[in-house]
Amino acid sequence: MKSFTFRTLLITGVIIAAIVWLLPTFFNCWPHKKINLGLDLQGGMHLMLEVQNIKAVEAEVERTIQEIKKELRKQGIKHLGISRLKDNSILVKLQKGENKSKFETILSKDFENLITKRPETNAGIITFHLALPVKEMDTLKKMATAQALETIRNRIDEFGVSEPDIRIQGDDRILIQLPGIKDPKRAKDLIGKTAQLTFQLVDDDADVDAAINGTPPVGDEILYQNRYNQGSDTPVKIPFLIKKRVLLDGSLLTNARVEFDQFQQPQVGIEFNRKGARIFDRITGENIHKRLAIVLDESVYSAPTIQDRIAGGKAVITGNFTLNEAKDLAIALRAGSLPAPVEIIEERTVGPTLGADSVRMGLMSMLIGGLLVILFMAVYYKGAGIIADLALIINIILIGGGLAAFQATLTLPGIAGIILTIGMAVDANVIIFERIREELRSGKTALASVHSGFDRATLTILDANVTTLIAALVLFQFGTGPIKGFAVTLCLGIIASLFTALILSKNIFDFILRNRQSSKLSI
Amino acid sequence: MQIIKSDINIDFIGKHNIGFILSAILILISAGSLLINNGPNYGIDFVGGTLIQVKFSQDVPVGKIRTGLATIGFNDASVQHFGHKEDYEFLIRTSKSQMSSSGLSQSISDAVKTSTGITPEIRRVEMVGPQVGKDLRGKALLAIFYSLLFITIYISGRFELKWMLSGVTAGSLMTAVYFLSVFNVSMAILIAAALVITLGLFWFLRLKYAMGAIVALLHDILITVGIFSILDLDFSLPIIAALLTIIGYSLNDTIIVFDRIRENIKGSKTKDSLPSLFNKSINETLSRTILTSVTTLVVLFSLFFLGGEIIHNFAFAMIIGVLVGTYSSIFVATPIVLAANKR
Repeated sequence: MKSFTFRTLLITGVIIAAIVWLLPTFFNCWPHKKINLGLDLQGGMHLMLEVQNIKAVEAEVERTIQEIKKELRKQGIKHLGISRLKDNSILVKLQKGENKSKFETILSKDFENLITKRPETNAGIITFHLALPVKEMDTLKKMATAQALETIRNRIDEFGVSEPDIRIQGDDRILIQLPGIKDPKRAKDLIGKTAQLTFQLVDDDADVDAAINGTPPVGDEILYQNRYNQGSDTPVKIPFLIKKRVLLDGSLLTNARVEFDQFQQPQVGIEFNRKGARIFDRITGENIHKRLAIVLDESVYSAPTIQDRIAGGKAVITGNFTLNEAKDLAIALRAGSLPAPVEIIEERTVGPTLGADSVRMGLMSMLIGGLLVILFMAVYYKGAGIIADLALIINIILIGGGLAAFQATLTLPGIAGIILTIGMAVDANVIIFERIREELRSGKTALASVHSGFDRATLTILDANVTTLIAALVLFQFGTGPIKGFAVTLCLGIIASLFTALILSKNIFDFILRNRQSSKLSI
Repeated sequence: MQIIKSDINIDFIGKHNIGFILSAILILISAGSLLINNGPNYGIDFVGGTLIQVKFSQDVPVGKIRTGLATIGFNDASVQHFGHKEDYEFLIRTSKSQMSSSGLSQSISDAVKTSTGITPEIRRVEMVGPQVGKDLRGKALLAIFYSLLFITIYISGRFELKWMLSGVTAGSLMTAVYFLSVFNVSMAILIAAALVITLGLFWFLRLKYAMGAIVALLHDILITVGIFSILDLDFSLPIIAALLTIIGYSLNDTIIVFDRIRENIKGSKTKDSLPSLFNKSINETLSRTILTSVTTLVVLFSLFFLGGEIIHNFAFAMIIGVLVGTYSSIFVATPIVLAANKR
C-alpha cells in the first residue's frame, strides 16, 4: 500500500508541475515562461553569415608591409619590391650586399613575430620570404569573427529587434535569428554592411579614363560613385581615381546621426574624437584645393574640394539616401565597421501571416487527429480505452509543460512531432491491453491479468521506445532549427508516453480494481 | 471490440516468398529510379538555391510569373501552384543563391510585380548557399549513419545479450569507417561500405535478430526514398527527420515481434518447429501491430490533409514509412531471422 501512495504522489506532482509550467503560455501568470515559438511559427528571419575573415589576415599583412617599408625608409635601405603573395606571406626583394644584414637586424628587432625562411640569392637579388605564424593567423581570424559578432549585435540592438539570438557557429559563421522582423531587406542590408568608412584623396594629376583603359598609376585605385539622375532609378557609375593611402578612417568616430540639408534631403553627420579631429584638421589644412573623397565600402559617396582647414572634427556624408538608409548608415557607423566583410550564406524568412497559418493548421490537425484516436480507443477498448485516452491527454500536457520548463522551441515540425506522438503514444497502452486480453483469455482473474499484462509488457515497451528515442536523440544532435524542434517534441513525447503508460495507466487500473472489487474488466 | 480475432492464424512464414518477391520488386523499382535520376530529387536544403513562396490577391497565370522571372535572368526558375488553387499561392524555385546582402527576393518580387501588375506578398524565403547545402547533406548522412550505428549496437546487445559482440561490431565499424574516411571517399560511399561491413559482421557473428532488423530498416528507407524519387518530390531536411523517425518506428514494430519470438522460444515445451513458433509469434502480435499502425496513420493522415502545404511531404514520407515499416517487420525482418537460424 505504501508504494501505491508514493506513486500516486509522484503522478500528481508531475502533472501539477506540467500544468504550472504550461499555464503562462495561455495566461499571464507565474512562472512567466511561455513556450517559445520557432521562427517558422511566429514569423521572422534566420540568417547564417560567413565572415570572410581571411580579409582580416590580408589587412594585417598589408599593415605589416607598410611598417616594413617605413622602417626600410627610415634606415635608408632601398628595396626592389615588397609584395603580399596569395598565401598571405610577404616577399621582400633587396639588392645584394650589406642590405642583407641590415634587413635581418630590422627583422629580429621589430618583426620578431614573423617566420623567416632562409633568404635566396639569385642574380644579385636577395629574396626574403616572410610569413605570419599560423597560430597568429588563426587568432586574427577568430578575433575577426568575434568582433563581427559584437558589431552586429550592437547594430541589431540599435535597430530594435526584440529577443534577437546571435551566436557564433564553427570558426567563421554567425547565426542570427530575428523573430517578428517587419522589414527583412532593411535588416539584411544593415547587418551585411561592412561600414568601412575612409577618407582618401582624389588623384587629380592623372587621367581617370586612361587609368580605366590601362592600369592606374602606382598607389592609386579606381572607385566608383553611384550617382542618381533626376527621375531615374538606376544609378550612373562615375569613376574616380583615388589614392590608396587612407588618411583617416571610421574607427575614430564618436558619433553619427541623421541630419537634413537645405533641401530636406537626409544626410549623415559624423563627429570624430579628439585624435580624429586633429588628424582631420591636419589633412584638410595640408590639402586645400584638393578633392577629399569620402569612401564607404569601396564606393565613393562624395568628393568635395577642400576649401579651407576644417577644425572641430565634423563632416557629413551625402548620398541619395532615403530616410531609412540614412538612419541605418548612422547605426552602422556608430556600431563600428565589420573587421571583415560578411556574406549571407543561408537565409530563411517566414512572414508573420504564414507563421500564423502554420500554427492554426498545425493545431487543427493535432485536434482532429487526437479526437479520432481518442474516439477509436474508447470504441475499441471501452473502459480501458478511456484510461488510455486520459493518459493521452495528460501526455500532451506533459509535453507542453516540458517544452515550457526546458525553454525549448516549438516549431512546425515540432507540432508534427506532437501529432506523431499522439498516434504512437497509445501504442504502449495497446501493447498492455492486448497482453491483458490474452491473460484474461487464458482464464486469469482481472487483477492478475492486469498485473501480469503490465509486467510482461513493460520490457517490450521499453525496448520499443528506446529505438525511437535513439533516432530522436541523433536527430537532436545533428538537426538545425525546425528539425531540432521535431527531435525535442519527439523525445519529450516518448518519455511522457512511457510515464503515462507504465506508471499512470497502471495506477488507474490498480485504483479501479481495488475499489470496485469487481471481477469484470472493461477492456 | 476486436478487429483481429484472438485465434487468428495466418501462415505468414509459409507465404514469405510472396513477401520477398514484392519487396524485391519495390526495391528494384526504387533503386532503378534513384539510379536513373542520379539520387533523390534534392531540395535547396541540400544543393543550394532559393525558394520563395508568394501570395497574390487574385489569380495570376503562371506563365506571366515566368516571363517576369525571365526578365531578371531566372530562366531556370520553376513556378508551381502551392496549396489550394484558390489561395493564389505560388512556389518559385531557382538554383541560384545570391550571396550579397542585397535582396534576391526583392528583385524577384519587383520582376513579378512588373509582369503581373500585382504586388505579391512574400510569405517565405529560403536561401541556402552551395556550401551550406553541402554541409547539411553531410550532416544528414551522418545523422542516418549514427542512428543506424547506435540502433545496431542496441539491438544486437539487447536481443542476443551479446553486448561484448555488439561492442566489437561497433568498434570494427568505426575503425573501418575511419580508415575509409582517411581516403577521402564521399559520405554516401562511406555509409554504403559501413552497412555492408555491418551486415557481413552480423552474418559472421551470427547476430541474426540484429541482421533481420537492419535489413528491414534498409528496406524501409530505400523504398521510402525510392517513392520520393519516383514521384519527383523534394527531398529536404524534414524528410531526413521523417526517415529517422521511420527507422525508430519500423524498429519498434520489429522489436515487438522479436520479443514475442524470444518469449515463445524460451517457453516452448512442446517440440514446435521454429517456423510455426515464428508464425505463432507474428499472429499473436498482429492485433497490436495493426492497431498501432492504424492510430499512427490516423494522425498522419490528419497531418497530411490539414497540416498545411509546408508539412505535406513530411507527412507523406511518414505515411509511406509506417506502411512499409509495418509490412517489413512481418514479411522481411522475421523471415530473415528464421533463414539465419536455419544456417
